[in-house]
Amino acid sequence: MSSSGFDQVSVETLNRRLWYVTIFIFAVFAMLALRLWFLQGINGQKYRTQSENNRTHLQKLTPYRGRILDRNGELLVSNLPAYDLYINPDDIQDEEQLLKDLKRLINLDPGEVRKKLNKETGGYALQSVLVKKNMSWEELVKIEINRFNMPGVNPPQRSYQRSYLYGDFAAHVVGYLGEISEKELASDQYPDSDPGDYIGKYGVEGKWQKELNGAKGEEQVEVDAVGRRLQVISKTDPESGQNISLTIDKNLQSAAEAMLKDKTGAIVAMDPSNGEILAMASGPSFDPNIFITGIDKTEWKRLTSGKDYPLLNRAFSGYPPGSVFKIVMALAGLEEGVITPEESVLCPGSYTFGNRDYHCWKKGGHGMVNLHRAIRESCDVYFYKLGRKLGIEKISYYAKMCGLGEKTKIELDSEKAGLIPDNEWKLKRFGVPWQPGETLSTSIGQSYVSVTPLQAARLISVVFNGGKVYQPQIVKWIGNENGRKYQSEPVLLGELKVKKSNLELVKSGLIAVVNEAGGTASIARIKDVTVAGKTGTAQVVGKETVSAGESSDIYKDHAWFVGIAPAENPKIAVAALIEHGEHGASTAAPLVRDLIKQYLGIDQKPQASVNKDIPEPVEGD
Amino acid sequence: MFDRRLLQNFDWILLLLLIFIGTTSVINLYSATYPGTQILIKQIYWYLIGFAVLLMMTTFDYHVLERLAWPIYLFSLTLLVLVLMIGKVSSGSQRWLSLGFINFQPSELAKISIVIILSQFFSTHGEYADYRLRDLWQPFLLLLLPCILIADQPDLGSALILAIIAFSIILIMKIRWASLIILIVTISSVVPFVWLSLKEYQKKRIFTFLNPESDPLGAGYHIIQSKIAVGSGLLGGKGFLKGTQTRLHFLPEQHTDFAFSVWAEEWGFFGSIFLLILYLFLILWGINIAKNSKDKFGSLLAIGITAIVFWQVVINVCMTIGLMPVVGIPLVLFSYGGSSILSTMLGMGLLMSISMRRFMFQ
Repeated sequence: MSSSGFDQVSVETLNRRLWYVTIFIFAVFAMLALRLWFLQGINGQKYRTQSENNRTHLQKLTPYRGRILDRNGELLVSNLPAYDLYINPDDIQDEEQLLKDLKRLINLDPGEVRKKLNKETGGYALQSVLVKKNMSWEELVKIEINRFNMPGVNPPQRSYQRSYLYGDFAAHVVGYLGEISEKELASDQYPDSDPGDYIGKYGVEGKWQKELNGAKGEEQVEVDAVGRRLQVISKTDPESGQNISLTIDKNLQSAAEAMLKDKTGAIVAMDPSNGEILAMASGPSFDPNIFITGIDKTEWKRLTSGKDYPLLNRAFSGYPPGSVFKIVMALAGLEEGVITPEESVLCPGSYTFGNRDYHCWKKGGHGMVNLHRAIRESCDVYFYKLGRKLGIEKISYYAKMCGLGEKTKIELDSEKAGLIPDNEWKLKRFGVPWQPGETLSTSIGQSYVSVTPLQAARLISVVFNGGKVYQPQIVKWIGNENGRKYQSEPVLLGELKVKKSNLELVKSGLIAVVNEAGGTASIARIKDVTVAGKTGTAQVVGKETVSAGESSDIYKDHAWFVGIAPAENPKIAVAALIEHGEHGASTAAPLVRDLIKQYLGIDQKPQASVNKDIPEPVEGD
Repeated sequence: MFDRRLLQNFDWILLLLLIFIGTTSVINLYSATYPGTQILIKQIYWYLIGFAVLLMMTTFDYHVLERLAWPIYLFSLTLLVLVLMIGKVSSGSQRWLSLGFINFQPSELAKISIVIILSQFFSTHGEYADYRLRDLWQPFLLLLLPCILIADQPDLGSALILAIIAFSIILIMKIRWASLIILIVTISSVVPFVWLSLKEYQKKRIFTFLNPESDPLGAGYHIIQSKIAVGSGLLGGKGFLKGTQTRLHFLPEQHTDFAFSVWAEEWGFFGSIFLLILYLFLILWGINIAKNSKDKFGSLLAIGITAIVFWQVVINVCMTIGLMPVVGIPLVLFSYGGSSILSTMLGMGLLMSISMRRFMFQ
């Protein structure tokens, strides 16, 4: 037995003391019970009345959504003061009457309102329900005048209406807002949201919703039995969202959009030294403001379908690159050693393979062409032969190295990867192996190959920036007056593993395209600045299937031009794709030239004299 | 060494009471945090871990603690010093040690460690007798150290609880009347100095407790709103999830300090009494375990652990029904809180261990 065991005396002493303790415990609990009886029994009704009459309403306070600026801090998207109509379902006395009044005063659909009022009550009792966003001045006045007669209607709540200052300006980049859907509410992605809220759905607005949105505030308001505000009990201010500065240059973007007016296509301008997108235009475009006031089904249908499909960002859509693809071919040929710069090939105007003739765009043929000339004059036969020597797997390898066939990882949704075909793909997709003839079409950027205008702009950037494949950046910084949360930095995704000398050979070919006699894009020449580039034509339908009489626009080929300047120290790369533009040289190249001129600050006027020496654009590439 | 008698002596009543209280806690938290579920799920996890700890403690022979009393005490002091140096600061006080997955409150462990060390002290220092003050300098010193450290965080509520628990054990040991009077006089004379050292918000709380209506929207708001919540529950309550005070977030800290108000509003007088009776049973059962323990250390340990529960329940409930100032003491086993539940369940495990060894002689 240990020393701490009990003796008999101790047991009795302890028991006696525990008995006192028990009495004490009972006494304390009796006191608690008495106090509860006093509060809940005797005075309960008083407190019940207090809890009912002295109710507070919880009102969420909308934060100021972050503004969107261009790269130089010019305001693009802001917010206008607006007023929203909230109703507190618990305070309504006569719902039918209220619905009638709202219909009469501001023409609200009674069915819609009823649905909103009844949906919320299950979850968060006593919270007001958003019934109408962005009331007009007239509606606001009508509500304010009649509100005393409509219990349940809150004083119109100040909020903000998103305002896209320049309408359809960079709409595909900026994106738009829309009312949060039930599915989105149920997901964990928008934790701070309530029914009726507007959230970013597309573009930068959608991708950076969290940063732009800020955090809601809350106001507890004491109200009387009919919902009149007595006083504010507590208030947490909403937290404004972060501003976002795009990499877009407002003037350049405007110019690009003006060029696409009445055209279908896309223009992408990029800073080759870091991947920053300077302009990204897609036409036809749309005005994001229309989503704020709400759009109907026909309008939605017009935006999301048909030949126009304005919501489609064509800078992210894949097109056959046509002769633009020859940049990749030349690089692959040199690096694999299957061609040398000096070696010449005869172009008689077509190339026969199997039982089919593969034509060069130049009917009579180019005669003897070496690599330099083949690039400059875009000789198809030269590249057919090169393609034969390389084979599809090698072509595909180099194309992917140049960042084609996969997403550029730009931080915007709905980007397409384009397509670089190979044998494995063909088997998977069609169940048949790759045909050698298809290699020939691939060599001039037709058949299955598809490249997005964004990828095309990056392709020429990669050639001229020393082989660096950058991730395209669209956001320059995120922050507010208290500092920046995020500052973009170049992100290197990969590097071309090719000899510098080979890169120089391709570069000199691309400079010749613009600057040497016989080049396919002399039209893009600028005085004192070396522009380099490549034209391209994306076949819409095999030429042979178009009968002679048909000249409808929809059978016309898509026109490409990718350009970069100054070639020695590139500051801007531009890709332009015009759907059914027919010839890259005549339709797309002048656009690129003018954008480069604008960006580099070269006066347009003296241009005329220079152009005199420039031969007529070569049609046909 | 497994003993069949242990299993026969398993304390089903204690387990059942804890399951009952745990269930009410979860039901109440569901309402207090509705429509969120994150806190609720965490609490359920804490409870599951808590019960696992409890069951593990049954195999643990509490006599070991007699030898471990000092190491445990020193360990808990170390944690208290640590929390002052690297603790997490939230709303002006530094009470939490971040262990990555859990924020632990060392003052919770301090409560148990003071009970263990005092039980050890009194079980080895003489019999139940009229202690004079000079016999008690050691226990006082043992209490003073953690008290100062906790008050320094500052967490006056927990420091107070610690002192009250220690005094409960000392009073059970019986102290001479003359000594008691001297003690009370000494403490009363210290009060003005303590008052001067209080932080502004602590003074304010005591003022507003004395006259809540003086500042109905400021500091008195909590007391008034809690009283309205409790009172408006009437006899039968407003019903589950129907408490307007709760739904409106009238109650501050409604899942921790004011969890009882949520319960009282929704389940009324009957519900409140039901919950209080559960606690009363738990406390009386603790006393019963103390009575049946065959050694002094066990008895004192049981008394101390029961005192921890008793005083925290009383202080929290008093606070929510306007009988005491708001001091930030959660309702044990009912409010949300990982460290509180874990340390309380650890204590309950010790009770279980004592209860199951009531027929054993060494």
